[in-house]
Amino acid sequence: MSALDIRNVTKAYGPTTVLDDISLTAESNEFIAFLGPSGCGKTTLLRMIAGLETVDSGQIHIGGQRIDELAPGERGVAIVFQHYALYPHMTIRENMAFGLKNIKTSKTEIDARIGEAARILEIEAFLDKKPGQLSGGQKQRVAIGRAIVKKPDIFLFDEPLSNLDAALRMRTRLELAQLRRRLKATMILVTHDQVEAMTLADRIVVIHGRKIQQVGTPMEIYGRPANRFVASFVGSPPMNFLPVTISGAKAVATLSDGTALTTDIANLPESASWELGLRPEHVRVSDTGVSAKVEFVERLGERTLIYARLSDGTAITAEDVGLSRLTMGDEVHLSIDAQAAHLFDADGRGYHAETA
Amino acid sequence: MLSAKAKTQFGNFLFVAPYMFVFAWLLVWPLMSGMGLSLFKADLFGGATFVGLENYGRLMSDPVFLQAVGNTFLFVLLCVPPLAIIPLILALLLNRSTRTAAFFRGVFFSSSVLSVTIVTLIWRMVLIPDGGFFANILAVFGLPPIPFFSDPGIVMGSMAIITVWWCLGLPMMLYLSALQQVPQDIYEAAALDNSRWWTTLTRITLPSISRTVVLVVIMQCVLQFQLFGQPQLITQGGPNGASRPIVLFIFEVGFRRWDIGYAAAASQILFAIILLVTLGQYLITRKRTGDA
Repeated sequence: MSALDIRNVTKAYGPTTVLDDISLTAESNEFIAFLGPSGCGKTTLLRMIAGLETVDSGQIHIGGQRIDELAPGERGVAIVFQHYALYPHMTIRENMAFGLKNIKTSKTEIDARIGEAARILEIEAFLDKKPGQLSGGQKQRVAIGRAIVKKPDIFLFDEPLSNLDAALRMRTRLELAQLRRRLKATMILVTHDQVEAMTLADRIVVIHGRKIQQVGTPMEIYGRPANRFVASFVGSPPMNFLPVTISGAKAVATLSDGTALTTDIANLPESASWELGLRPEHVRVSDTGVSAKVEFVERLGERTLIYARLSDGTAITAEDVGLSRLTMGDEVHLSIDAQAAHLFDADGRGYHAETA
Repeated sequence: MLSAKAKTQFGNFLFVAPYMFVFAWLLVWPLMSGMGLSLFKADLFGGATFVGLENYGRLMSDPVFLQAVGNTFLFVLLCVPPLAIIPLILALLLNRSTRTAAFFRGVFFSSSVLSVTIVTLIWRMVLIPDGGFFANILAVFGLPPIPFFSDPGIVMGSMAIITVWWCLGLPMMLYLSALQQVPQDIYEAAALDNSRWWTTLTRITLPSISRTVVLVVIMQCVLQFQLFGQPQLITQGGPNGASRPIVLFIFEVGFRRWDIGYAAAASQILFAIILLVTLGQYLITRKRTGDA
């Protein structure tokens, strides 16, 4: 029995459909990330699980029980809001106790649970302060604490790290990963940040254009993107797309300048056009290979990103060593690792080498 | 020689000087001259003799003034609580974005834009025992009319009903704007915390708008201690002075009997009463809400 089972869920606001026939299951103790650009409906889906949005059609089940018609508090979920949503006039202790008091939990049980959560999250020192006296990171912990004490079946995180500064975000991300190991609960994270999704989740659900684009482990999403959208959305800098023509059983992709690249991809169907997908790390500056002209250089320290154009004007992003001496306007040669290439047909569907 | 710091401070003062000038001219000066005037036996058409605190002594033993003070306190007690609570209920009901809610917000606010003359005309038609709206309704059930304006025990209640109807628009708007400031996600968190509507109201909503409740109560106290137009237009303070508030007393003494020194003294007492009540409320609520 799956912890969460979303069946054919649809949601529309007036004439605008935001989620169309979404189905998804999550196993017990699994960490799922909903990843997608702003406005793709990922937060709406999370809020539908929590009961903060109605479900237009379809069903949601948690632990085998249908919950989409229950009140939010009766669904066995706890949500950590993007802006924390702490009750400003209550102390931290009262914030955490509020939900438990409402379901008439005994005083000793409440104290025990708050004590336990406060210890895990290291917020014991400010249990008697009010939210206004805490920093953003501390409020974040309290918001997580308020979810923990409820002992929910599923934790829902709505962009929990987006309000934190970069350094704190990285630390909180690590803590979230540790917390997850400790709590052993099903967790769902909504994020537009692919690094968060890649580092935290067991499986990523990429949502775009009202539909689920792909469900898979982080490495599946990265290594075998189901379509052109997933390939372009995940990975930074994004994948290169080069128009090619295809021939042969193990597809040979020919660039517009005539360079032939033998890929490891077999059994391709017919398609009106093809694009070759190449991650920048598979396009390296070298002494031989496709010639290109450097347009822009980004020095990141451990590596250098080269934004270049092929002779026919196609833009391509390549990688060079950290100490690259290239500058704008230089002519370079790019060696392409065709074994790691992806192919996308006219509809954007992705094809990958068997072993990739 | 002025130090650099003193020079800057003088420069800063110039920015607030226009306001300070008008403030001093139109508020501080009349207040001070009123205090001065209260120490004189003065006639509206000239002639003033310094009498010290004699006017205050006379007030303390003037049964008409003491009755007016009692009337005013009774009126404030009768109409401030409804003016704090009814607009709150309306605001809670109308705090949504439907057209119906917008329509009723307009309806309940509309009474506030009427002048006191129109308000009293309307309510005279509603409450007058001789063929008034209310009397007609009672007649349907075979009941005698209620003497809203001629029974000394009822008349201040009638004034309070009229005043509540007239004044509830602004507090409602203040409550509405306070309710709009409460972040929606707190209510969502409360819904996930199994909070029923009563718990949400008492533990989430009311604490979130407590400052506005205090503001409304203080503002209404200040306003309603200055009751004047309604009794002046409907009952002229009758029957038997039962509806004469302090401001009406001041008006009668100052502009009918021309005894403006005496009227000024009564004004100072009203000023002191309002100041004390307001300060008292402010201090009590500040202590209770703490540093939040």
